[in-house]
Amino acid sequence: MHNQISNRWAIFKPLRTVLICAAILAQTAFAADLPAVKMNSTADHSKFKELQQSFATGPDVTKACLTCHTEAAKQVHRTKHWTWEFINPDNQQKLGKKNVINNFCISVPSNTAFCSSCHVGYGWKDASFDFKSEENVDCLVCHDTTGSYRKLPGLAGHPPYKDMEIPPGSGKIAKAVDLTKVAQKIGKTSRDTCGACHFFGGGGDGVKHGDMDSSLASPDKELDVHMDSTGLDFTCGTCHQTSSHEVPGSRYTPVARDKDGAHIRGKEDKSNPATCQSCHGQSPHKDGQQAAKLNHHTDKVACQTCHIPAIARGGVATKMSWDWSTAGQLGPEGKPILKKDNKGRVIYDSKKGDFVLGENVQPEYAWFNGDVTYTLLGDKVDKSEGVTHINKLGGSASDGMSMIWPMKVFRGSQPYDPVNKTLVTPHTAGADDTAYWKNFGWEKAIESGMKVSGAEFSGKVDFVQTDMSWPITHMVAPKEKAVGCNECHTKGGRLDKIEGIYIPGRDANGMLNLLGWLAAGGTLAGVSLHGLIRFLRRKA
Amino acid sequence: MERIYIFTRFERFWHWTQALLVIGMMITGFEIHGTYNLLGFEKAHEVHTLAAWVLITLWVFAIFWHFITGEWRQYIPTMKNADVVLRHYAWGIFNGEPHPFKVTRAHKHNPLQAQAYLGVKLLINPILWISGLAYLYYNELAAAGQNLDLATIALIHTLGAFMMLAFFIAHVYLITTGHTVTTHIKAMITGWEDAGEEHGKS
Repeated sequence: MHNQISNRWAIFKPLRTVLICAAILAQTAFAADLPAVKMNSTADHSKFKELQQSFATGPDVTKACLTCHTEAAKQVHRTKHWTWEFINPDNQQKLGKKNVINNFCISVPSNTAFCSSCHVGYGWKDASFDFKSEENVDCLVCHDTTGSYRKLPGLAGHPPYKDMEIPPGSGKIAKAVDLTKVAQKIGKTSRDTCGACHFFGGGGDGVKHGDMDSSLASPDKELDVHMDSTGLDFTCGTCHQTSSHEVPGSRYTPVARDKDGAHIRGKEDKSNPATCQSCHGQSPHKDGQQAAKLNHHTDKVACQTCHIPAIARGGVATKMSWDWSTAGQLGPEGKPILKKDNKGRVIYDSKKGDFVLGENVQPEYAWFNGDVTYTLLGDKVDKSEGVTHINKLGGSASDGMSMIWPMKVFRGSQPYDPVNKTLVTPHTAGADDTAYWKNFGWEKAIESGMKVSGAEFSGKVDFVQTDMSWPITHMVAPKEKAVGCNECHTKGGRLDKIEGIYIPGRDANGMLNLLGWLAAGGTLAGVSLHGLIRFLRRKA
Repeated sequence: MERIYIFTRFERFWHWTQALLVIGMMITGFEIHGTYNLLGFEKAHEVHTLAAWVLITLWVFAIFWHFITGEWRQYIPTMKNADVVLRHYAWGIFNGEPHPFKVTRAHKHNPLQAQAYLGVKLLINPILWISGLAYLYYNELAAAGQNLDLATIALIHTLGAFMMLAFFIAHVYLITTGHTVTTHIKAMITGWEDAGEEHGKS
């Protein structure tokens, strides 16, 4: 059949050849008219004289950037990415990386030179850092397109300018960064540049968030329907629509319940552009029999609750708990040790203690209204009250502000001061006499860390159970993989612990059930008895 | 043998479609209620909702039919002879006595039967319908300022369901109390009620 058709078309072959030749000629002529051009930007930075030089340091590059981008550094200076400080307008808490304590690596002060490898600046190693310096803004860490720009812990936010062993004595050589190449190939932010820090929060790939890890650098549709690298291919900035270097979407003051419609061009809209609703609106379900009922859910259930069925789905494990109290067990020669699970992942590290890792983790669920209250340095911590909440999320069924959100609840045990009853800020990283990761002594590490934090320390160390909630919002699955009705509308389902609402299939009135079944059962017994008597007294 | 044509084609269609729908809705309804796991909540909900709309449509036709044909008069409650029928079920039936009620075109149902069906139509069905529609349109009601408590809606709907279940059990049994065990069911299938010889004698 196929051959027949081919044969029939064979008579047109000469004509076809002519047509194809004409098309190619036309194309060539067309291409000859328009020279090759870079289409993703109006500027090819490699053609700029300012960037055609060898740079000794990062700040030298920034000075070159600022000759044209005159306002850029001052814009960055206003952001959390630079200040690592944020005053929560709702409760006046002083937050930001500089101030909060978590139950991962605990705290920044006294470890700044290590932590600041994720600061958008150069040279922040201690309190003397000049936050007004424009040349200390690091443009490259967010705008690199080569993938070769890396800032390493311990260099106070600088990349390696010469080949060096990091950490010292590890035998791992970090190559010097070719600043000229990186500067000439500068471009928009990408999943890789944001991910360089945000995928690795908490000290390693996927450790902190669970819904963000290196698998999102090039995800498939299954892992993230929007970032799907062969599909919609969203970058972080597609949702976190940045203006004047201010990236929207805050973990300190999240939008838990966006009641606005989809954003429309020309209409002034100050609401967070990174919410699901800012694109999908309030009635996002269009197709299928259940669309109306699913839209009914949007008043109580966050989109993420159904559309992110599990976290850590990309093959990278996330940490679920971290027990600092077991840190410090050393090998026979007094050297720190690592223990790994059967997949080769570290589950014990002398420097850090025991970890529990998880992949494809079903989130926990809680009412959340956007209020976040941290337990900060100086806040009273009482071990006898059980678990200390690193952050307490507000919310209830009845406040009219809350939605049911998926959470990664990260649990741990971390050092605290049992006399002053406060959390502590230990000095962990460094090669000095007090750093915990070198000396394995909590008292000295905490004493020097607390001194830098300007807080009192009694000298006594104990460990307190803590947890920290991370509202989940990334790794949105395709709709076919969304959480189905049956997983919540049942006893013992995903929303089993959610209080304050009636969930059909989960809830029922016990008294009515008892009376109902008594009535139905009584009727059945009555008619059965009646029938039995009829049967026994039938006329043969 | 005396035979009377008491159930028209529409009535039989109405009855059996309704029977199928009600049984289906009880099965899926109690699954939605969390009593057991059969189809899964999602499928059960889908079937239940679809069946509800079919039943509502059927009922619109049935109500229309009752008024056009005047058949609604079959359900006018009366206590006349109710005691006789009651005595039969409580006593006579066990002694092989014939049913005291004679089926006619004008009176298809004995007084107790007519009252039971009226109860279904005026009590059980409205409870289920109103609470069911409130259940389905809970969010629209809330948007219109009627903040009903879903638990209360569900409670009333479940109450209706238990009443329907009890009715269903009694109804299925009472079908067997005709002149023979199968007299009533045959009538609802063919339309013709076999009045029976004994009845003719009395």
